[in-house]
Amino acid sequence: MNSLLKVENVVKNYGTFRALNKVSLEVARGSIFGLLGPNGAGKTTLIRIINQITGPDEGQIFLDGEKLQPKHISSIGYLPEERGLYKNMKVGEQSIYLAQLKGMSEANAKAKLKIWFEKFEIGSWWDKKVQDLSKGMAQKVQFIVTVLHEPKLLIFDEPFSGFDPINANLIRDEILALRDNGATIIFSTHRMESVEEVCDHIALINKSNKILDGNLIEIKKQFKTNTYEVGLVAEDLKVLEAELSQKFKITPAVFKSLNNDLKLNIKLSSGETSNGLLNYLSTKSQINHFVELVPTANDIFIQAINNNSHV
Amino acid sequence: MYKLKLIIKREFLAKVRNKSFIVMTILSPLIMVAMVALIAYLNIKNSEEVRTVAFIDQSGIFTDVLKDSKTTKYVNLSPLSLEIAREQAVESNFYGLIFIPKQDSLDLLAKSITLYGEGSPSLSLIGDLESKFQQKIRDIKIEKMGFDIDKIKAANTKVEISAEKYTGEKASKVGSVLKMVAGGAFGYLIFMFIIIYGTSVMRSVIEEKTNRIIEVIISSVQPFHLMLGKIVGNALAGILQFVIWMVSAGVLMFVISSALGADFSALSSNTPQLTPEMTAHMQESVSGNLTLVLHELKDFPFVTLILSFIFYFLGGYLIYSSIYAAIGAAVDNETDTQQFMFPVMIPLMIAIYVGFSVIENPHGPIAVAFSIFPLTSPIVMLMRIPFGVPWWQISISMLLLIITFLGVVWFAAKIYRVGILMYGKKPSYKELYKWLKY
Repeated sequence: MNSLLKVENVVKNYGTFRALNKVSLEVARGSIFGLLGPNGAGKTTLIRIINQITGPDEGQIFLDGEKLQPKHISSIGYLPEERGLYKNMKVGEQSIYLAQLKGMSEANAKAKLKIWFEKFEIGSWWDKKVQDLSKGMAQKVQFIVTVLHEPKLLIFDEPFSGFDPINANLIRDEILALRDNGATIIFSTHRMESVEEVCDHIALINKSNKILDGNLIEIKKQFKTNTYEVGLVAEDLKVLEAELSQKFKITPAVFKSLNNDLKLNIKLSSGETSNGLLNYLSTKSQINHFVELVPTANDIFIQAINNNSHV
Repeated sequence: MYKLKLIIKREFLAKVRNKSFIVMTILSPLIMVAMVALIAYLNIKNSEEVRTVAFIDQSGIFTDVLKDSKTTKYVNLSPLSLEIAREQAVESNFYGLIFIPKQDSLDLLAKSITLYGEGSPSLSLIGDLESKFQQKIRDIKIEKMGFDIDKIKAANTKVEISAEKYTGEKASKVGSVLKMVAGGAFGYLIFMFIIIYGTSVMRSVIEEKTNRIIEVIISSVQPFHLMLGKIVGNALAGILQFVIWMVSAGVLMFVISSALGADFSALSSNTPQLTPEMTAHMQESVSGNLTLVLHELKDFPFVTLILSFIFYFLGGYLIYSSIYAAIGAAVDNETDTQQFMFPVMIPLMIAIYVGFSVIENPHGPIAVAFSIFPLTSPIVMLMRIPFGVPWWQISISMLLLIITFLGVVWFAAKIYRVGILMYGKKPSYKELYKWLKY
């Protein structure tokens, strides 16, 4: 029972188009799960199925060990990518209404809203109409409404869109705090640097299929190419480069340095170690820069999608 | 159920607090009453005005016919020549000048009378004069033929047919008028309500789509509940508005009519040119057969009418507003609704037109067919009910309405469920059909 959400072989067809093809996932309790994929891959469909907005054609979904059912609506908080508020309703009234739809009592919703509004320093907006708020301001209200009923599972679809960097950081810290307080979070975005920052676990969906799934660090290990970025200084760089190219697979590298050094990416074959490389290089040159190239989430995304498309 | 109540409450409040709703609710009765009052006022003013018409009667036949009436005064300028009389008429600002030349034969005379005036004269004046002259010439001719005019006049008899049912009960003509008015009013009320508040449901659906709040809402409630909540909430707002209209229009009418005194009743007798037979019948029958009218009123199917009004009102409104909701869900903005609105309007328009013929012939085949066909029955059947409809027809009509209601709501809910999450392009009918299978 370590996973809060379990998706088993979910299939969804729209007419003859298959939007999800036997997708299975497990989201560990108290983790942040990055649900990634190019546009139109099927992420939103999967999220809508989890939210019971539409039903799967095949497969099953379990929340907290129970088959997904209408009562679970109040255990889930969902911030959709396409989001908005009623324009001519007041902020406070609207927030209470949305909280009530999630099953909160009016008094409880009011009390909790006051705390959150205080925290986000937006208490003075209570009686403003939404149409008088800026986009970023409305997004803040939306975020609060999503998390207000303290759901076990939170689903954020592009939560940072529409925020300036300061507010994006505020929201990111809140998301991390929610995780630390025990919430499980599914996080869908195209901004890979934020995946890097917050996700423990990722799954990649491409063309209706899950093509990658796992702990982010494990996946990085899986995707690393044993390549090291080096900056070397020697008397004759040309000779050094020729020598190295005999022994290793090298490609030119680009990074900033203070010296006029030879910048290379050196790929080791299996069996060779970084220490071996270091020892060898130290006999030939002065080593100013030595770094293992770790694939970024962005690299993994692009590589996985490309590999998948070529198959 | 609790959530449905929340949605209904929000939709109701959103509608009622809307500025245009408030303005419409307050202004409409005022405008209506103001218009009625204005028409009444103008009518009174109009009838108070006395026209002066001069005449030159060289034939000498018509002078005794042209007697002063309430609205027209006649000035005899026969001794003057046409030219001088014309000048004088212009000078004295007379409404017109009738010139009757001397002619050898009456038939020639009938074709040579002229009315001079500024611009084109009123048709009622010309009509009045023509009938006067016609009558006079007829009398002269009859006399020449050697008949006694008084005897001929005595031969004119007014015929009045009294309507009776086969069962022997007397049916007054006022009763028929009453039935027409009651049925027509209820049918028309349903028609207006469907159009106004169906469109309002549609707008509210489109608003949720363009605001992009829809996905937030349906992650908390079922789309069907949201649709139902909208339909009910808007209907409640509409009923409230109608009640306010009825009450305030009634109060205003009462206030104004008591302020103007008897002038209002003068209005009805001053507009015989609008509905001459109807008012004539009404006045005669009211004075003559008051007991009969009361008897008729007692027999009037009030309970049936009210109950069936509620039934057909709910059925018709629910069917049409769910179609409107589905249309709203299928499109992104109001301009795209046209192609779908048209087919919805057709049965409604047909119902209203058929309704008019129903008044003529409440039990004809067209009336029966359209009062059973579910998309028109809410309007047409209500117009028929005051005239008495066999129970089996009402049963079939109601049954069909219920079946259609279930079918249409199921269909609309499907379109709605898929449509609210579709953005971008305007769907074709083919695509809508595909949505049914999602």
